[in-house]
Amino acid sequence: MRHRILISGLLALAAALTVLLGPRDPARALDLKAKEYELRNGLKLVVIPDHRAPVVTHMVWYRVGAADEPAGKSGLTHFLEHLMFKGTDKVPAGEFTRIVKRHGGQDNAFTTADNTAYFQRIAKENLGLVMRLEADRMQNLKLTSKDVETEREVIKEERRMRTENNPRALFAERLNAALFVAHPYRRPIVGWMDDVRRLRLSDAMAFYRKYYTPANAIVVVAGDVEPGEVLKLAEKHYGSLINTAPKAERVRTREPRPLAARRVVMRDARVKAPIIQRMYVAPAYPRAKKGEAHALEVFAQAFGEGATSLLYRRLVVGERIATWAGAWYDGNNRDYGTIGIYATPAPGVSMERLEARLDALIGEVLEKGLPEKDVKRAANALVAEATYALDSQFYLARMVGDALTTGSSLADIREWEARILKVTPERAVAAARAVMRPENSVTGLLLKAEPSANAADARAKGPAAAGKPAREKAE
Amino acid sequence: MTVRAILSLCLFLLAAVAPASAIEIQEVRTPKGITAWLVEDHTVPLIAMDFSFRGGAANDPEDMRGLANFLSAMLDEGAGEMKSEAFQSRMEELAMRMSYSAGQEYFSGSFRTLTRNRDASFALLKLALNAPRFDEKPLERIRQQLLVSIRRKSADPDHVSFMAFKKLLFGNHPFARDTEGTEAGVKAVTARALRDLHGRLFARSGLVIAVAGDIDAKTLSRLLDEVFGDLPEKSGMPEVAPPEIPPGPRTEIISRPIPQTLIVMGHEGMVRSDPDFIPAYVANFILGGGGFGSRMTEEVREKRGLAYSAYSAMFTYRRVGVFFASAGTRNEKAGEAVRIMKAEIARMAKEGPTEKELEEAKTYLIGAYPLRFDSTTKVAAGLLAIQRENLGIDYIRKRNDMIRALTLEQVKAAAAKLLHPERLKTVLLGQPQGVGAE
Repeated sequence: MRHRILISGLLALAAALTVLLGPRDPARALDLKAKEYELRNGLKLVVIPDHRAPVVTHMVWYRVGAADEPAGKSGLTHFLEHLMFKGTDKVPAGEFTRIVKRHGGQDNAFTTADNTAYFQRIAKENLGLVMRLEADRMQNLKLTSKDVETEREVIKEERRMRTENNPRALFAERLNAALFVAHPYRRPIVGWMDDVRRLRLSDAMAFYRKYYTPANAIVVVAGDVEPGEVLKLAEKHYGSLINTAPKAERVRTREPRPLAARRVVMRDARVKAPIIQRMYVAPAYPRAKKGEAHALEVFAQAFGEGATSLLYRRLVVGERIATWAGAWYDGNNRDYGTIGIYATPAPGVSMERLEARLDALIGEVLEKGLPEKDVKRAANALVAEATYALDSQFYLARMVGDALTTGSSLADIREWEARILKVTPERAVAAARAVMRPENSVTGLLLKAEPSANAADARAKGPAAAGKPAREKAE
Repeated sequence: MTVRAILSLCLFLLAAVAPASAIEIQEVRTPKGITAWLVEDHTVPLIAMDFSFRGGAANDPEDMRGLANFLSAMLDEGAGEMKSEAFQSRMEELAMRMSYSAGQEYFSGSFRTLTRNRDASFALLKLALNAPRFDEKPLERIRQQLLVSIRRKSADPDHVSFMAFKKLLFGNHPFARDTEGTEAGVKAVTARALRDLHGRLFARSGLVIAVAGDIDAKTLSRLLDEVFGDLPEKSGMPEVAPPEIPPGPRTEIISRPIPQTLIVMGHEGMVRSDPDFIPAYVANFILGGGGFGSRMTEEVREKRGLAYSAYSAMFTYRRVGVFFASAGTRNEKAGEAVRIMKAEIARMAKEGPTEKELEEAKTYLIGAYPLRFDSTTKVAAGLLAIQRENLGIDYIRKRNDMIRALTLEQVKAAAAKLLHPERLKTVLLGQPQGVGAE
């Protein structure tokens, strides 16, 4: 029931297409060939046949996300996403969703730091209809100030509901803002409240004209369709659209050379279970050196994903100083990825002790490496994940759109599995070593507000606690 | 032995009649007497099986609330000769997925395996279901995780407001309690209590199984007997008597220092077996179950910008149902949002939907039904629900006809039967303004 969803951190699931597109098991597939086309106006089209049910998933992706917003306009991308449902001359406000529903379809949209996407899931006969609707609002959006005023209030409520009512969400927002020093990934996708209050109709329209053009759009269709038919429909509905603006360049401030470890200590009366979370700026798939993102993916999986990971085995099962502990790699962004590590202390364990052990363990792994069998197991688990992801048509379409709007290609997706399976323990650890350095990180503590002994200690140590011997050893 | 029932899933969209895509449900009966529904689909090399036992958190002992949920977290923590770590490693090697959840009245399991590891994964599932270990170390570890989870939820405004709402409805009945239990309850759980519950809960009476994906009936039959065939016949979980929901209205304000007030309001609803359930479901869809275009979303969100999310819904237990509506709005507008939500519930109760609203709801509900069955995982989940509700193996075929046949009078009558604005029990969590407690 959450409409017009906003998704900030995509799961690292570049995976499913590998299985879908790969040559490994062709007999399985009914038709597992994704086809890619480009119309004369520059609009890209990808078709992924999936014949299990007589339905299609139709997605229109724009290569614009929260990280492309001008200064002082945080939240503008997401604001425009909401306003895209406010109508054109042919389809008045609110009608878009009504028409889709009248045809038994579902629709929604989402915004990330790198892209904005609109989608419908509907019976395949209605593919032309939803293409017509999307083509119309790509060029003919009409906004009234009343619609804009009301929708701004909705978005403020969205921010209150998702972020401000929830200390963990606030903590995540502040950590992210501290992790990235200069790059716009530091902004929350929903925007800072102060900016959201001031977003205007004219801001939205200027942004719309600049980015919502056929040459800046990618249409992904997955479902019970043949590529040839879909191409014809796309030509018919999208082919005549004109590029009203030159293809927008995406200029974003790059991160300066990392010099200082950051530390975020947040106290909130509502916190019932404290948490420590460390994040590092890492390369992302589209811009990483060959195989580097894959190595980080395997490293994070082996180090901290699930109950068989090293982190869980050591801190939760073995030493029992953490109730929960894990790690992840998120590399599906255009400019930077992240490696994250989190842990919750076991009863009676201070945050200092937990942090020190965490640092010691990181240091140990970066110095001594990971056992070969852990790395093998991690790679296999990632590949298996791909097969499960294949079950969802929506995720398939989403993965392709996400990859193509962040600078990866279908070829990258096809090669993903082979590259994952090629990662050696040495390569995994070398990639992690380059990323997991204190000056490249933020360490966050989310604590109960009342000054318990632990919290007081953490405060007394403050930023000085950032540079730990164990991590220095890791450099 | 299999009994085949061919069901077709038809799309009727405006004038066009889409080609029917057949969902063929096979009823598989094994030599040992286990029954399951199967939809074969060989597109993706995986198998999804959902199953459930009767009994759950509502049966938790008074001094051990959270016991069933505790059991659900222990079933991948070692079984047979395999200790926790060995078991987890084996699961990962096989890329097998297995998870459990304890509802109030059902204990459900969800199992996924890749075709190539099928037999080994089923063997591991058998071990988990028949011979869980409950070793002390993993038990203590899981206990700490459960305690942290309970503490965290106690700070989650959404969770707290819904629990308070359930308390207004169910009073001291177990349904008012969180299925995860209490800190004291979780602290009291022992290996012995888990073993005892395992012995009573995992039985063949009340067992429901739904399977979808890359497997045929014959193979499934063999594997079902291996996994479930040796479980005891009789369940030791008594049915919990349904709660008495007080008819009178009430408003409770829970003060929290947050910028947005969460509103939950509702009253007794309908059980799934009520003959008016489907027309009532459609009435609720128009009122607030249908997202954009539904009255609640239009009035609260689209016209006034009072909330990001405003909706109404129905949920059911075996012998009692609940209707509720919910929204989150800035504190100073809480009173206005509550008034609008109540007014919409009252208007639907009194006047029902318009002819046009009903037609639009029908075309959506009919046309969107296949979207519920477009993946192996969704098919398994759907088949489990249909079996549990006793809707019959031909339900998927009949369902759209039932929606299509509804008249405006039927839906109006069902709306009047479902909705009772004078009985609304309301929880407001935050710093609400413009409302008073009753």
